Amino acid sequence: MTESVIHVEGLGKRYRVGERERYFALRDVLTRAFSAPFKRNGARRSKDYIWALRDVSLDVHQGEVVGLIGRNGAGKTTLLKLLSRITRPTTGFAEIRGRVGSLLEVGTGFHPELTGHENIYLSGAILGMSRVEIDRKMDAIVAFAEVERFLSSPLKFYSTGMQMRLAFAVAAHLEPEILLVDEVLAVGDLEFQKKCLGKMQEVSRSGRTIVFVSHQMGQMRRLCERVIWIDGGQIRDEGPTGKVIAAYESASLSSGETLSGDGHCFLNWSIDGKDNILRDGLREVNFHCQVHLREPLSQGHYGLKIFNDSGVLMVGWGIDNLDTGAGIQEIRLRVPLLPLRPGAYSVICTLFNKGNNLTGGHLLEEWIAQPPLVVDTRPISHPQDRWAGVLNLPAEIQILPE
Amino acid sequence: MNAVTSTALSKPTVPVMRITPPTRWWILPFGELWDFRELVYFFVWRDIKIRYKQTAIGAAWAVLQPLLTMLIFSLFFGRLAHIPSEGLPYPIFYYSALLPWMYFAAALQNATNTIVENQRVITKVYFPRLALPLASVLSGLVDFGVSFAMFVVLMIYYRIHPTAALLWFPVFILLAILTALGVGLWLSALNALYRDVRYVLPFLVQFWLFASPVAYPASLVPQKWRWLYGLNPMAGVIEGVRWSLTGKTSPPGRLIFVSTAAVLVLLASGLAYFQKVETTVADVV
Repeated sequence: MTESVIHVEGLGKRYRVGERERYFALRDVLTRAFSAPFKRNGARRSKDYIWALRDVSLDVHQGEVVGLIGRNGAGKTTLLKLLSRITRPTTGFAEIRGRVGSLLEVGTGFHPELTGHENIYLSGAILGMSRVEIDRKMDAIVAFAEVERFLSSPLKFYSTGMQMRLAFAVAAHLEPEILLVDEVLAVGDLEFQKKCLGKMQEVSRSGRTIVFVSHQMGQMRRLCERVIWIDGGQIRDEGPTGKVIAAYESASLSSGETLSGDGHCFLNWSIDGKDNILRDGLREVNFHCQVHLREPLSQGHYGLKIFNDSGVLMVGWGIDNLDTGAGIQEIRLRVPLLPLRPGAYSVICTLFNKGNNLTGGHLLEEWIAQPPLVVDTRPISHPQDRWAGVLNLPAEIQILPE
Repeated sequence: MNAVTSTALSKPTVPVMRITPPTRWWILPFGELWDFRELVYFFVWRDIKIRYKQTAIGAAWAVLQPLLTMLIFSLFFGRLAHIPSEGLPYPIFYYSALLPWMYFAAALQNATNTIVENQRVITKVYFPRLALPLASVLSGLVDFGVSFAMFVVLMIYYRIHPTAALLWFPVFILLAILTALGVGLWLSALNALYRDVRYVLPFLVQFWLFASPVAYPASLVPQKWRWLYGLNPMAGVIEGVRWSLTGKTSPPGRLIFVSTAAVLVLLASGLAYFQKVETTVADVV
């Protein structure tokens, strides 16, 4: 029996509503002080507070890799912030054995005016490394980030991809006994994500403890033995990875992920009837989508939109005048090619009956397709991310003699 | 007995850190701050690097600012208003006071904004927040050093030889740092909660300038009010620096005791208030 390195009991965090969104002006405080005597409801009411986390108890043992899952706003990040001492709990306590490294954001403390070399020192120190330690690890960090040639140029000239690589490289070499990681692996290209996952596996094999948050269930399955599902600020389920993820996925399919509309008509989607991974963007691509129609479709409208991870619309299609019967149907959208840059994309499918959004059609469902689209191709446009754009297209060059 | 010993032996080096709701905010994390001393160094280093990278003439500002102010003061307060300078040439009289004053004013400016400027870091990683105002107060010492070099040039030009009073100079500088830290702690914490503080700051600095013996000697203040005047710690600091550097003016005397007491009160209350705000600062910035 290994000892528990994180012991949490009855942990809770309460925020005042609006406290996180705005700061106060001195003026407001003065106005409140003067107007309070004349106001009956000047006292703080309980509904002015929300519990981001409530009565959470858990134990994490040495060498464990534990995943935290849950919807946005469920309290996963709040839990990491409490464990890393960024914010203090309202109730309960936590006991931590060993040095904690937290990686809640990639590039914490980076400054655009400083060089890559200088930023490694700064970010390393902020994350908790000593100068000697950074000196010793400098070569390894630089090699991991693959930024040797740019080390003495200011960070503002780096592409986003390069900044991400540098940032993760610093954090990956922190070597704390306990590593807390928030959704940071969602960034960067797939090649680099794989490298980071490999590094994390290496860290966990060396006996260190990792607690990490991700929305990508594939990562969870590869890295964790145990998963904790947080819902509405409380632990809803915990246990072996496969079991908890299955429960979570079926719950979010049956309730959560519908934006609007009145039916859960979208069941699943895939590329060419296989999975969510696009492996060749220069060939024909078929989007398969299974829907469950409670009524026949007449003059229906089907839309499919693809957004990148910054929420920018890459492409969208909308097809009108669809007719079909009720029951389970499969919609196939065929496009001759889809040359997107490698990365993760959200796919949003919409289905209207009797018209479209302009002609007063009836919205059946707007669905954020699960799992998201992953484009796993080789980047072939400009080698620097900031000049590569959103398309991944081959080019040939020719210089004609005079 | 045996069980207790073996438990103690099985985890000899790993300390347990207990995370609890905020209590006992008056207990200061000096030990922890010592563990993070390198971070303070890196914050200072970053502030200086960025300041000199972003300005066109870099370190020259540290000389130009007090030099130009000294010229204006010498002209208006000296030549035109004939304010007494206790036997010192006006440039020396004013520059020696502007040295600690400009350091103090810049330190307040930096400290006020430090929590807000570093909010991204504060909300993403833990370190003793005290490191931020501390670093912002210390980073001004580099500019101070640069402008001090200019003062040495002035001293040579006016053929003023330092006396044994110079030995007191580090004491007064320490007092200036502690004053800046005491006020800076208050301002940085207040500005994190109430953003109007940074708009109030220019007025505060201006009033404070006239309440300090920069443009005039403290001897102009009537003897019986001198102790009250000393409640402004910068009064003691400026009189002290002027005296220790030139050896010509009268030593600050009792003024310095009142000022030191005022600094200690400022510092203690500033630390306590900052600690109280620190527990919630990541939730509000």
